[in-house]
Amino acid sequence: MTAVPEPVTAARKPFNGPMLDAHLVVDRGTFRLEVALRIAAGEVVALLGPNGAGKTTALRALAGLQPLTDGHLALAGGDLDRPERRVWTPPEDRPIGVVFQDYLLFPHLTAVDNVAFGLRRRGLDRRAARARAETWLARVGLADHGRRKPRQLSGGQAQRVALARALAVDPTLLLLDEPLAALDARTRLDTRAELHRHLTAHPGATLLVTHDPLDALVLADRLVIVEDGRVVQEGDAATVTARPRTDYVARLVGLNLYRGRADGHAVHLADTFTLACADRLDGDAFVVFPPTAVALHPQRPDGSARNTWPATITGIQRHGDNLRVQLAGPITAAADVTPAAAAHLQLTPGQQVWAAVKATETQAYPA
Amino acid sequence: MTDTDAVVAGRPEGTPSRRGTPGRQVPAALLLPAVLGLMFLVLPLAGLLIRAPWATLPQRLATPGVLTALRLSLQCATLATLLCLALGVPLAWLLARVDFPGRRLVRALVTVPLVLPPVVGGVALLLVFGRRGLLGGWLDSTFGITLPFTTTGVVLAEAFVAMPFLIIAVEGALRGADRRYEEAAATLGAGRWTTFTHVTLPLVGPGIAAGAVLCWARALGEFGATITFAGNYPGTTQTMPLAVYLALETDLDAAIVLSLILLTVSVAILAGLRDRWISST
Repeated sequence: MTAVPEPVTAARKPFNGPMLDAHLVVDRGTFRLEVALRIAAGEVVALLGPNGAGKTTALRALAGLQPLTDGHLALAGGDLDRPERRVWTPPEDRPIGVVFQDYLLFPHLTAVDNVAFGLRRRGLDRRAARARAETWLARVGLADHGRRKPRQLSGGQAQRVALARALAVDPTLLLLDEPLAALDARTRLDTRAELHRHLTAHPGATLLVTHDPLDALVLADRLVIVEDGRVVQEGDAATVTARPRTDYVARLVGLNLYRGRADGHAVHLADTFTLACADRLDGDAFVVFPPTAVALHPQRPDGSARNTWPATITGIQRHGDNLRVQLAGPITAAADVTPAAAAHLQLTPGQQVWAAVKATETQAYPA
Repeated sequence: MTDTDAVVAGRPEGTPSRRGTPGRQVPAALLLPAVLGLMFLVLPLAGLLIRAPWATLPQRLATPGVLTALRLSLQCATLATLLCLALGVPLAWLLARVDFPGRRLVRALVTVPLVLPPVVGGVALLLVFGRRGLLGGWLDSTFGITLPFTTTGVVLAEAFVAMPFLIIAVEGALRGADRRYEEAAATLGAGRWTTFTHVTLPLVGPGIAAGAVLCWARALGEFGATITFAGNYPGTTQTMPLAVYLALETDLDAAIVLSLILLTVSVAILAGLRDRWISST
């Protein structure tokens, strides 16, 4: 194993508090981003959201490629950007490393010179910069690829060079923009594990922008979910996956999500439908249940304390080993059934069925 | 036109064309004008070749003055191109990368030498750099520098006429280049100058080369501005186009020979550069 290169910058003063403290406001007429982010040293936060949610705008604002309209951006206690006080730091003066979505390795430079680029700009002479760049290439497992040009590298290798280039300058904040999106499925698996190792070792704060929930769950300590330029939910992976708060998050984690008013064991949804729940709750509430909890019947099932409703099948897709059935009716829901059950029930789109969910399979939590 | 269209379109489907990708017809509406265009460009050249006095060619080539004019032409065109590169590339960068008030106007001004008759350009240069011109008088009295009717004057006249070609080509290359590489350089700590020299220039290198070639070719053929601003003195300001013009008055054959030499040399150089710069990238 190669030794960790010494930091380029002078030893940092000990700093208690979040490494990154930002309230990003970017107003672009039709689109407004307003996101608060706090990341501790050594922490990896994933900014997760659908396309067009403002993830990349947030990353560009942090890197200084997009000025803030309002709010502030402080790293290790020092303001980098605060429009109200006319504080602004150009990107080249920010201790921030960026791994871009398609890496943007300089095509005219070898892998080693790409990694050495930032080190040279930080005042190292050519030999020292190259030596350190080679150490970094070795760390990402590309010791013998240093003389290659970017076009001679595979996607996974280019990603690792980009990571080495961003990490080589020892950034206080590391930004990654969809770092795995450009890779094929197989490479992505290996690269993700590799990336996880490097992110864990990175002493600074890390922000990962992604629309892939798996990347976020594997790589990040904490998730921040943005939709339409706003944070809709944040927390650790377990909380977010168990208790989604928007349809987008529910779809990501594969749960049926409803919002209503709880009254004891009953949650009244807006459309006069009531779900019976095992949890006891009062006030505004969310209810979730997994598609596997939904049973389908040809006739109205009789029985114990369960939720039943008549539904129309609107679609059937493969989902792993099961079939996922989309249901319309008093509530829309997804149900997972085994192929055998589907054959038995002769499920077809447009068909009328009865759906049933046991109260004990649901989870209710305050909105 | 329409007849030809109909004939080609009427070919039975599935008949393989003799050349190119099967099933991919070159539309006659494109092919016909393309061939006409090529002929329009090549026929005058053929005329020169046919009328050339091949029998007396060796003697004519050895005439004193021919080589001098050729050497002067190549030197001046090269110097003018270097001058255009030194001034034009930064100007193109400014136009492509900095959003300053009046940028549209500046861009329009840059193209003025393209539409200005070169002779008028020469007169304009005289009015500025002439002995009694706006700057010329001051240059003369302060530094003892005289520009009109000197070799330097030839370089200036050629640069004036050829610079727009370079600027337009380089600005286009800069606009076409992926600016995110420059952003990546900035996040790695590179200021604007370092980004320009270490990232932008290498990225648009082929575009600059293409612009320089255009610029050089235009400078090599420059006539009007040169003869007006620098005169027609053998050895100091008489470039090939001027020599051709002079020969036309007295001896058509000599003019054809001079033209052929200019053509051969410039085509050889351009082809050589093209292989080296454009294909290798």
